[in-house]
Amino acid sequence: METRDELIKVTDLKKHYKEGVLKALDGVSTTINKGDVLVIIGPSGSGKSTFLRSLNLLEVPTSGSVVFHGIDITKKTYTDAEGKTVKLNIDEHRRRMGMVFQHFNLFPHMTILDNMTLAPIKVRKMPRAEAELKAFALLKRVGLADRADAYPIQLSGGQKQRVAIVRALMMEPEVMLFDEPTSALDPEMVGEVLQVMTELAKTGMTMVIVTHEMGFAREVGKRIIFMDGGKMIEEGTPDQIFNHPQSPRLQDFLKKVL
Amino acid sequence: MFSSAGFAKTWQYIELFKQGLITTLSLSALTVIFGFILALIIALIRLSRIRPFDWLATAYVEVFRATPMLVQLFIVYYVIFGNISVPSFKLFGFIRFERFLPGVVALSMNSGAYLSEIIRAGIQSIDMGQTEAARSLGMSKSMTMKEIILPQAIKNILPAIANEFVTIIKESSICYTIGVQEIMYAVNATKGATYRIAEPLIIATVVYFCLTFPTSKIIAYFERRMSRGDKR
Ligand SMILES: Nc1ncnc2c1ncn2[C@@H]1O[C@H](COP(=O)(O)OP(=O)(O)OP(=O)(O)O)[C@@H](O)[C@H]1O
Ligand SMILES: [Mg+2]
Repeated sequence: METRDELIKVTDLKKHYKEGVLKALDGVSTTINKGDVLVIIGPSGSGKSTFLRSLNLLEVPTSGSVVFHGIDITKKTYTDAEGKTVKLNIDEHRRRMGMVFQHFNLFPHMTILDNMTLAPIKVRKMPRAEAELKAFALLKRVGLADRADAYPIQLSGGQKQRVAIVRALMMEPEVMLFDEPTSALDPEMVGEVLQVMTELAKTGMTMVIVTHEMGFAREVGKRIIFMDGGKMIEEGTPDQIFNHPQSPRLQDFLKKVL
Repeated sequence: MFSSAGFAKTWQYIELFKQGLITTLSLSALTVIFGFILALIIALIRLSRIRPFDWLATAYVEVFRATPMLVQLFIVYYVIFGNISVPSFKLFGFIRFERFLPGVVALSMNSGAYLSEIIRAGIQSIDMGQTEAARSLGMSKSMTMKEIILPQAIKNILPAIANEFVTIIKESSICYTIGVQEIMYAVNATKGATYRIAEPLIIATVVYFCLTFPTSKIIAYFERRMSRGDKR
């Protein structure tokens, strides 16, 4: 049953390496609804990044499906409303999903402003003036309006990640994917990035976040998934996951990280 | 070996050397431009992994790197251009186009093979995260290459491209064998007219050195400056 709020439906997603010997994802199913703030936790190598990157097909799954707006984006074609077979254009779907990476991945040869306006101008065909206006508004929101003409190399890690977040927001995505956005930061810069994400969650943005920041997960997450060995072991509210963990593996994991 | 009389005789033909210098520079500049364009196409085809085109591109590079330049030049001039009629006119009033063009083609094809390896390495040296960030913003594969990867890759390999220019200036001397009036052609012509060989060679050496040595130094200077900028 598809409900009105359903945004992404993942079914039995698998990603195998080395001819199936290494199962990075071993049958993951979940539904992401509009306005969800889904936090994924788990030990290193449990498949968190692989799962997140499968959502916008940066990683092509071995099997299973990722249905976004009723279209399975893991297939090369889909059937449209009139029953015709249409070639799937993955770029169309990716621009509706923003992604933030551990290592920022700003474009070093462009100013902050150009980093932000490039895709809106080239992909969404937004007029430059409009794109720049929008960029300045977003930069102001994260306190970086005065750095529009700087190059990424001139920014601190925390500033770079804040730019990376608003760069993704420029495309007006329907969901934002975060892969350990604070793991590459010096400790004193973690807070400023988490604060931007917290504010983003308050605006009702749908977010999927892989993080090791358990305090943040508990505070901002509406739903937590614990992964281990390529499987979803437990799923629940922050209270269920952190205060009443069921599986021994989650209990063990929490003992180590809390 | 040398004599002032010999130099005096040779000097009467200095016009040939001036023409040779202009020809060598035109030949090298055009070769770098066309060689670069060819190299870019070859590198992109190899990286595309579209069979069988990537195999053909690889074969092209291997063949051109594994055979002598002189053989390539002769094949282009005698075999390929032997069957094509090229309008014969004189560039700048003295460069015979029907010889100059095959020279440019052969040098570009050779240099394209070498440059394509440099470009390919330059593209591969760019962090995968750059591609992922661009693609996650909805940019297409070709847009990502054009806007994100190539500008960074080319900036990184600019010194290598400039060094290729220096190499071509020297290698273009081989074109005298098909009658392109570059610097070595001037040496040969002067030798025929004056029966002097040492003096024309000295002049050629000086001209080549004055072309390549400062160029290399300028490149090295910019290379140092650029790497300093990166560490900032
Ligand atoms: N390209 C690849 N080739 C082979 N194995 C891979 C590849 N990418 C990931 N893996 C493996 O898949 C498993 C899951 O990796 P993944 O990066 O999703 O883990 P993770 O939960 O994000 O870990 P971390 O917390 O360290 O980022 C790991 O065992 C990893 O070694
Ligand atoms: Mg990871």
